[in-house]
Amino acid sequence: MVVSEKLDRFFDEKIKEYPTRRSFLVPMLLYTQDEIGYVTDEAIAYLAKKTDLTELEVRNVISYYSLLHTKPMGKYHVQVCTNISCMLRGGEEVFDHCRQKLGIGHKQKTADGVFSLEEVECIGACSWAPAIQVNYDFHENLTPEKLDKVLDDYRKKN
Amino acid sequence: MADLVSHPDEIKVVSNRFGKGATSIERYLELDGYKAVQKALQMKPDDIINEVKTSNLRGRGGAGFSTGMKWSFVPKESNKPKYVLVNGDESEPGTCKDRLILEHDPHSVIEGVVIAGLAVGAQTGYVYIRGEYRYLVDIMRKALADAYARGFLGKNIFGSGREFNVYWHTGAGAYEVGEESALMESLEGKRGIPRIRPPFPAVVGLWGGPTVINNVETLASVPHIILMGGQKFADLGTPKNGGTRLFCLSGHINKPGVYELPLGYPLKKMIYEVGGGIPNGKKLKAVVPGGSSTFVLTAEEAEQLNMDFDTFSKRGEFLGSGGVVILDEDTCMVKFALRIMKFYKHESCGWCIPCREGTDWLEKTLVRFHSGGGLKKDIDNIKYLAQNMLGRTFCPLGDAAAIPTISIVDKWRKEFEDHLEGKPCPFDPEGAVSQLPVLSH
Repeated sequence: MVVSEKLDRFFDEKIKEYPTRRSFLVPMLLYTQDEIGYVTDEAIAYLAKKTDLTELEVRNVISYYSLLHTKPMGKYHVQVCTNISCMLRGGEEVFDHCRQKLGIGHKQKTADGVFSLEEVECIGACSWAPAIQVNYDFHENLTPEKLDKVLDDYRKKN
Repeated sequence: MADLVSHPDEIKVVSNRFGKGATSIERYLELDGYKAVQKALQMKPDDIINEVKTSNLRGRGGAGFSTGMKWSFVPKESNKPKYVLVNGDESEPGTCKDRLILEHDPHSVIEGVVIAGLAVGAQTGYVYIRGEYRYLVDIMRKALADAYARGFLGKNIFGSGREFNVYWHTGAGAYEVGEESALMESLEGKRGIPRIRPPFPAVVGLWGGPTVINNVETLASVPHIILMGGQKFADLGTPKNGGTRLFCLSGHINKPGVYELPLGYPLKKMIYEVGGGIPNGKKLKAVVPGGSSTFVLTAEEAEQLNMDFDTFSKRGEFLGSGGVVILDEDTCMVKFALRIMKFYKHESCGWCIPCREGTDWLEKTLVRFHSGGGLKKDIDNIKYLAQNMLGRTFCPLGDAAAIPTISIVDKWRKEFEDHLEGKPCPFDPEGAVSQLPVLSH
């Protein structure tokens, strides 16, 4: 099994809430990625079978959505918003700071696999800018000191 | 968890349960929760629609279309099941209000869905929440489970003998899915490519069935309208612009935050009183009134306008999504236009050629321009490219990219001229100077 039995059962239950089997595909891709790290070839085959689609059809869907990755990401995926509201309050400086501190660039991963970095579009934290998301956790109203602490805390957590 | 703010001018209707623990169903019930849906169960569908029409509630996603009118377009008889679809794919840059509703008052959205369903004769609703908002998906899942456990959803809601189901769904990162036809495609498990209209979703929507699609804030307003009466809600705003809305103040402002103010509230007051003015004593340069897709306002325009749909539509402009972004005098408008275009280029799905090619060429041109490699004729060329995207795409993403660009070129042409001839950005003279050759023709 590509995913845990628990997740597989959860998918089967959710699929029943829609008139077509493929309807829950996008959430299934995301939850699969959350569990196994990224959308692997095996995951694509598994979800194609579950939704009665071809693997190519599943790949077509994956390439549309920016949260879905077909390559391994870091354990902590640092997503820095530099869209307008964040840019006006130092979002680009936050991104540069992350680049320097982690020693990696946009869509790159640290050698130890702990962090990956991505410059992202608006994450809905405009009134609390500048903001980042690490995996699904928001960190808002950032200053360089606050940012250092956030990243250090994740490193310690590892 | 996002910080809450407050100002004496606020009228808290949609936000009245924020910070009061209303994610708990017990607490929600203490705060008049699920009373509106029980009232609606006693009403005729047309009476519900008329109450919402009377309220002058207009779509809070940004289009500002009359909600009651939208519901009335759903055919009474249908061979296929009807659906209510909640648009919680909030992604318009500058907008962060649906996040607060889903965080603090998820049951009000569920109640709104059921009332909308009773009005149009649907028995199924889906709440679509953007993938980045995972913690809100988890809050919604719990809220739905609690509502089912109490018999507020399911086969026999409130003992009425009527069935109604509401399910949660999540995206996986795509701005365009906030557009209603792309939203339906995504919910059906596909790429979020827009559909051509007509037919409109009210007639042919999800899986071919008639579908009502409303923004989170729109549906969260509905229970309040049913309880207080449409007229009372309408009276909070201006004629034809009923009620209050959540305005998200961001950018160069002393007190950023989400404030609930009546429709028609003066933008000048919003900036200087509610938002506490511009930091460091700087002057106002520009305002994005409702998310990055709207026409950008100069300081002079902003200080004269009231924030309702009709004030803006009379000018041929849009009030938008409630995302009010403030720019101070030291902001480079060329760079601002570039950042907006970079976003739309990233989000364009490539289905319609004017949008796919237009956003790409505009980004390239603006990058060159901002780094000092622009030509004088590029200024008109930027506008020409943007104008050729307007109205030529299946979904409004092409328009959304063109509109701010056109307004910035029109209103801040001099700033473009100040970047010509290899000059560094006047607002960042120490910054990167062009690595690009200055073309000679």
